[in-house]
Amino acid sequence: MGKKLFRGGVHPHDEKERTASLPVVDAGLPERLFLPVSQHIGAPAKPIVTKGDKVLGGQVVAEAAGFVSVPIHASTSGTVRSVAPYAHPLGAEQLAIEIEVDGEDTFVEAEGPMEPIADPFNHDPNEIKTRILAAGIVGMGGATFPTHVKLSPPPEIGIDTIILNGVECEPFLTADHRLMLDRPDDIINGLKVILAIFGLDSGFIGIEKNKPDPIALMQDKAASLGGVEVKPLEVRYPQGAEKQLIHAISGRDVPSAALPMAVGTVVQNVATAVAIWEAVTQGKPLTSRICTVTGDGVKEPKNLLIRTGTPIGYLIEQCGGLTDDIAKVIMGGPMMGLSQYTLDVPSTKGTSGLLCLPASQVRTEPQKSCISCGRCVSSCPMGLSPTTIYNFIDADRVAEADEWDTLDCIECASCSYVCPAGIPLVQYIRYAKGRVLARRRQLGT
Amino acid sequence: MIEAALVLGGIGFLAALGLGAASIKFHVETDPRVEEVAEALPGVNCGACGLTGCNALAEAIVAGGALPNACIPGGEDVSKNIATIMGLDAEKAEKFIAVLHCKGVHGKAIDKGQYLGIPDCRAAALVLSSPKGCNYGCMGLGTCERSCPFDAIHMGDKGIAVVDAEACTGCGSCVRACPKSILDLRPLSMNVHIRCNSPLSGKQIKALCSVGCIGCGRCEKICPVEAISMSRGLAIIDAEKCVDCGMCAQVCPTSNIDDALAPRRDLLIEEEKCIGCTKCAKVCPVDAIEGEKKEVHKIHQEKCIGCQRCVQVCPVDAVMLGAERPKPGAKKKTSEAATDG
Amino acid sequence: MKPTLYITSSPHVFDGDSVSKIMWTVSAALLPSALWGFYLFGLPALAVTALCVAFSAIFEAVAQKLRGREVTIEDGSAVLTGLLLAMNLPAAAPWWLCVFGAATAVLLGKQVFGGLGHNPFNPALVARVVMLISFPVEMTDWTVSSGVLADAVTAATPLGEAKTFLMSPERGQLPQVALMDLFIGMRPGSIGETSTLLLLLGAAVLYVRRIITLDIPLGFIAALLAVTIPAYMLAPDKYLSPQLHLMTGGLMLGAFFMATDMVTSPLNGKGRLVFGIGCGLITAIIRLWGGYPEGVSFSILLMNSTVPLIDRYTKPRKFGFVPVKKGGEA
Ligand code: SF4
Ligand code: SF4
Repeated sequence: MGKKLFRGGVHPHDEKERTASLPVVDAGLPERLFLPVSQHIGAPAKPIVTKGDKVLGGQVVAEAAGFVSVPIHASTSGTVRSVAPYAHPLGAEQLAIEIEVDGEDTFVEAEGPMEPIADPFNHDPNEIKTRILAAGIVGMGGATFPTHVKLSPPPEIGIDTIILNGVECEPFLTADHRLMLDRPDDIINGLKVILAIFGLDSGFIGIEKNKPDPIALMQDKAASLGGVEVKPLEVRYPQGAEKQLIHAISGRDVPSAALPMAVGTVVQNVATAVAIWEAVTQGKPLTSRICTVTGDGVKEPKNLLIRTGTPIGYLIEQCGGLTDDIAKVIMGGPMMGLSQYTLDVPSTKGTSGLLCLPASQVRTEPQKSCISCGRCVSSCPMGLSPTTIYNFIDADRVAEADEWDTLDCIECASCSYVCPAGIPLVQYIRYAKGRVLARRRQLGT
Repeated sequence: MIEAALVLGGIGFLAALGLGAASIKFHVETDPRVEEVAEALPGVNCGACGLTGCNALAEAIVAGGALPNACIPGGEDVSKNIATIMGLDAEKAEKFIAVLHCKGVHGKAIDKGQYLGIPDCRAAALVLSSPKGCNYGCMGLGTCERSCPFDAIHMGDKGIAVVDAEACTGCGSCVRACPKSILDLRPLSMNVHIRCNSPLSGKQIKALCSVGCIGCGRCEKICPVEAISMSRGLAIIDAEKCVDCGMCAQVCPTSNIDDALAPRRDLLIEEEKCIGCTKCAKVCPVDAIEGEKKEVHKIHQEKCIGCQRCVQVCPVDAVMLGAERPKPGAKKKTSEAATDG
Repeated sequence: MKPTLYITSSPHVFDGDSVSKIMWTVSAALLPSALWGFYLFGLPALAVTALCVAFSAIFEAVAQKLRGREVTIEDGSAVLTGLLLAMNLPAAAPWWLCVFGAATAVLLGKQVFGGLGHNPFNPALVARVVMLISFPVEMTDWTVSSGVLADAVTAATPLGEAKTFLMSPERGQLPQVALMDLFIGMRPGSIGETSTLLLLLGAAVLYVRRIITLDIPLGFIAALLAVTIPAYMLAPDKYLSPQLHLMTGGLMLGAFFMATDMVTSPLNGKGRLVFGIGCGLITAIIRLWGGYPEGVSFSILLMNSTVPLIDRYTKPRKFGFVPVKKGGEA
């Protein structure tokens, strides 16, 4: 179990100095919240409130629709104003529950299915998992995969390694950084709840070495609370990608096309661990999170505590507003985030950051021809040849694109980051994935 | 350099030998008709038949897996030729062309923002669903244009695709290429088309595009033959039922519906020319033409919808275009309907 | 007010390198050697270089105009091609040869294939080889009329002498050159190939700027040595010593500046090593047993043609390719 560095990767400037030392401040309540029913991977939740309904904070407003789905809770009290399609970070409008905030911020009592569990470390694992589902918890690193599903591998698979992801390798973002400084105990306790589910007694927390203060603090806490090993990791993007993280911590390589559970590993974000701890011991559903609003396009970068469903325009206002030369607003980090077109878009459970870039930092030159420099190849952490896939899909040669492992791409964007010709390789590869999948379906494989 | 030339020449020679040997070794006996049929086909490998190319279709036809008229672009002539080769009767197929169900040109439809990235609709659809404000509209990045084997669809300077009705063969390549399914095939004879693909509500559409279908249902109400149905806030014309009267186009408040014959005109039969062949009366979808065989025919103006089918069938050009017809319910709505050019 | 925002796919930040930065950096890295060439061979060398660079740029612009493309001479790739071409010519090359060379390089070597990025062969080398075959006399005219080396009666390059000797021992002798002179570049030859020291300096810049990797040059040199060392040990009176092989002719220029051309070399490390070794072997074979004194250009061109094949067979090993089930070391 030696510490290893994955092949490939890139070293973007981490840009975290803007917000790394700023304590988290509460963003407060906007006038209206918009809770999209689709904030997670899987089936969209089913709304159970209608226009005019009064709701309290923490009340379920949409319930899980299937196993791979989670409920959505009102993130404050107020009145439902509509249940209608609304702007969504992915671009296409999605059903959202609009709540007019009453300002009282009253929450429902934590009782019934949400009643606090007194001794979570010695509790029935299935009940804990049900609780995690009931609290609407999803992976908070950005992937938003329902956590209870990740914690429920098929029984024949033995899980022996739990890793908490505190890497935060995306430049600019400091949400997890601040969380680790503010709530180290809750993180470790959350990890222990996960360990208890699998009957294990020790897990790992991986943190990139560019965050010395959380590493020191967590190591301290780990020493006193036990059961946790803090692993400082080399600084290289995408160290926080699941497969690369597992590789670094346990030296295991998740096979192509397989999930971490194939090597007996479950990875959870540190923020998810805190959400689990709160849900289990305080009966609190997931209705808020930390979000870094940053970049040179916003006047006062901050780490904000935000309610799910807050329109990003409101968050930006809390940070002094956008600068005049604003050119790009990105939900998430600069490497994998989604560029947005309107400030009406609501934040979701996975919104770890809002990055605002001024015109001078947006690359606008059109793409040039590939000069075969091979930098994309050497930067790919998955060992792919992005330029080859690009060439094939550009020529509509889907079969070859498939042969060259298009589907193994984790869309980390390292390749586009280094490409001197400015080719949007990730976009090509995402496009290629669609074509490859369509072709496979057609061939019936 | 001599060595280099020799080496390269040698490699080329060996490769040629190999290819030659392979072509002899792997030669397969084929039905001679396959070649004949393949020859009769246009040879552009457009894929409209659903097969990989003209040769594949030729094989399928000879093997009995496809009909002689399976080649849509080839049209009547080709299917006749093939039918002759195969010793079968040709079936006549109506000609279809591609129609773009979007009218959101620059200035009428807003964009989400400035899109930078792969200039291809299928790839651009991965970024926020579409660079256009409306996620259902034509992105204008030319995927259909590049897919067309007949050079019949182009990106105008207005930001949406334009079908060249003359060149279009109805092969459907563009229909399959468009990630937003905005194109479909409609009979060439149809003159009236809904030019919107968005199921969004009227309020949402209006914020994004001034010429979209807002789902008001006026066209549905005015249609004399119930050819229009509203599906999820979008009007759809049933090509089977439509009689091409163009009434819907005249009531559409956003001028979304296109009528190629607009403005509709009165139609009159010139008495001296009419030979009483009855062709016009037969083709009239609303029975507006009256007349005995071998006698002069007459058009009842109150029934006539101005579809001009009689004009097309008259063998002696006796049907003349008259004055512009007044719009149905035109009194109130003229100004609004006239906003679009 | 609603600002109009850019919408793009991720990522939203970049490492800031660009094709033109790369091209200009390579050109700059060649500059010391070029200046040294001017110093050695005087004004004619400067004229040859200026002609090659200027006409490469002109032909590139004209070709792009004719093809209805955007003119992109500011990206530096045509300038670099011209510069590389000049570095490979003797200072005595007549003006029309320079123009012919520039035309061949840019038009035949690059634009016919679709411009930068689509050319399978190094354009400067295509031109050089075409010229060498078409105008052998002009291309091997090593007379030096001005500059420090003027009158230093050197009708032939060390490699040329060695080849003459090898072909007909009665008419020549193995050249005797001081190694230090070779290293610094006090010798006749093409304009930019003489100074091993300055070429290495330029290469170091490119390496630090991560424009070249060392797999090609090292593979190249190692393979060349692997053939020339045994040959020299077996017959020192017949073959040149390995040191001479390294520092004469266009080896340094070729290994560090020509073979490493991104467009025409393999995509990944493994492939590049194979490519370099191939270049080294072919060079050695031509130099020792072929009809020409020099083999660097031919070898690189030959290996250029194998690049698609090399890329195909050196597909990188993808992450998680070997399914390791339990705690194994992958
Ligand atoms: S985006 Fe995909 S292809 Fe590009 S570097 Fe990341 S994993 Fe490799
Ligand atoms: S990084 Fe860009 S230019 Fe270089 S090989 Fe990859 S796609 Fe081509």
